[in-house]
Formats: sequence, C-alpha cells, structure tokens
Amino acid sequence: MRPLFRRIFRRPVASIDCRGWTRLVTDYIEGALPLEVAARVDAHLGECTGCTRYLDQMRTTIAVVGHLSHDDVNSAMPNELRRALLAVFHEPAR
Amino acid sequence: MASAGSDFRNEANLVAGLRSRDDRAFEFLIDRYYAPLLRLALSYVPSRAVAEEVVQETWIGVLRGIDGFEGRASLSTWMYRILLNIARTRGVKENRSVPFAAIGAVDDETSINLDRFLPSGAQNEHHWSTLPASWEHVPEERLLGTETLAEIRASLEALPSAQREVVVMRDVVGLSSAEVCNALDISETNQRVLLHRGRSKVRAALEQHLEEISQ
Repeated sequence: MRPLFRRIFRRPVASIDCRGWTRLVTDYIEGALPLEVAARVDAHLGECTGCTRYLDQMRTTIAVVGHLSHDDVNSAMPNELRRALLAVFHEPAR
Repeated sequence: MASAGSDFRNEANLVAGLRSRDDRAFEFLIDRYYAPLLRLALSYVPSRAVAEEVVQETWIGVLRGIDGFEGRASLSTWMYRILLNIARTRGVKENRSVPFAAIGAVDDETSINLDRFLPSGAQNEHHWSTLPASWEHVPEERLLGTETLAEIRASLEALPSAQREVVVMRDVVGLSSAEVCNALDISETNQRVLLHRGRSKVRAALEQHLEEISQ
C-alpha cells in the first residue's frame, strides 16, 4: 500500500468497550492514561450512559470514603497528650 | 508580623523551628499532623486505643528523632514511615469483617459481576447488559448517613491490607499519590493498581448497600 493510502485506511485504534472502561476508570480519574487512550475514553463516555454513570459512581464512592475522615477523629490532640509531648520536645538531648 | 523564617508551611522553616525547640513549630506540627496520623493508625490496628498508642509512640519518635532527620524524604513522608513501622510491629489488623461477597463470577480488577456485561461474541460484546444506576438523585442523607458510612467502613476493613493502606492514605487521609508511593515505597503504577482494586470493591459494596436500602 502507498503511504497516503495506508494513513487513510489504517486500522482504527480499538475502541473502548464498557467492560474495558471499568478497568481504566482509576487511571482516568488519576490522569494517568496516555493521551490517545484518554481521548478514546472521552469519545466512549460521550455516547455511553452506563459508563458515564459508572464514572460518577466511582467519584461518589471516593467522596463518601472521604467523609470517614470527618467522623472518626476529633481534629485536636487532647491537651494532656500535648503537654506530655511538649515535655518530650524539650527534654535534653541524650 | 510573621518573619519569613516562621512560616512553618515551608518545610525547611518547620524543621529548623523544631530543631531550635521553638514551641510554635511544635504547635504547628501537632495541629497539622495529629488527625492524619491518627486516621492512618486506625486503619492498621484493631482499636482506637491501640491506634492512639501508636500515634503517641510515633510522636515521641518524631520529636526525639528530629535532630537526626536528614531531609532525604519530606518531613511528612518520614513521619508516615515511622508510624507505619510502629503500627506494623504492633500487629496489623486482621480482616475482621466478611469480605464483600458478590454472587456469581466477578472481574477481579473491578469487582463487577461479569453478568453485568454482554458476553464475548454477542453483538455489542462487553457492553453493559444492565446499566449502572444513576446516583445523581440519591439524597445526601442516605449517601452520608450513619448506616452507609458504617457499611463503607466495613468494606474498607475487608480489603486486603495493601489495598486498604493505599485507599485510606489517599481517600481518607487525603495524601497525594506521590506521598503514598514514598511512604510505602511502591511505584506509581503499583499504587494505582492497589487504589483501583480497593476503590472498586468499595464502590461495589456501596452499590449493593444502596440497592438494599432502596428496596
């Protein structure tokens, strides 16, 4: 085949299917996909309701997990511990 | 007005302040890292009491070790590593909850039931056979209610420990991928694989929970 012909008729890059997308979702969210793959993903998401919802579910999951940080821990150290550690901080070097 | 040297958000200033035993540096360090260290410890050990001991021991190690800190890793990475070493020696938490159990064959990369996709060879193979539900209109009080959060916590605890470590550090404590890679001494790729598998299992558990409570 002549080069021009080949450029026009070359095999298209495999498109993303839904199952394949669910394996790439973290790399996509993390911005770790090669640009070319990310472009194929975006093209797929543009016409796939299921995969768009899946992305949203994943983001929601991350947000919900983030809420665990609000309810487990009081953000301030108890004063008693703070005083004890301050004493450690100032103890003479050994 | 604060002088340049007392802006402790700058790590070099913070380290210098700690070395010169400046109480403001101490206060800054404690306020900034107390909660992240405790959250991280909680994901390793079986109880709050043990986690608090681990954190306390970590603080002592940090405060006594600061003069010897060589700055080859960032201060936070160094502190997380001290905590991880102490937590791991204290006994890593066993998986106390029943792992998320899906019915039927599951893709181990995504924890999705294979029957959610059209089979190989079918027209539109590997496309959704049943679309995922839209969570857009799930009320926030349901998504963030005590019951749902308890479910999420249980699903985290059921993760294999390497996945739990990464998900907790990234999504609960809020560390960056670089911080996690440094603290755990793993590659970016490995970090993403663990994060992906862990998050996917938690998503599956959340999906199952939302289906159950909406029935």
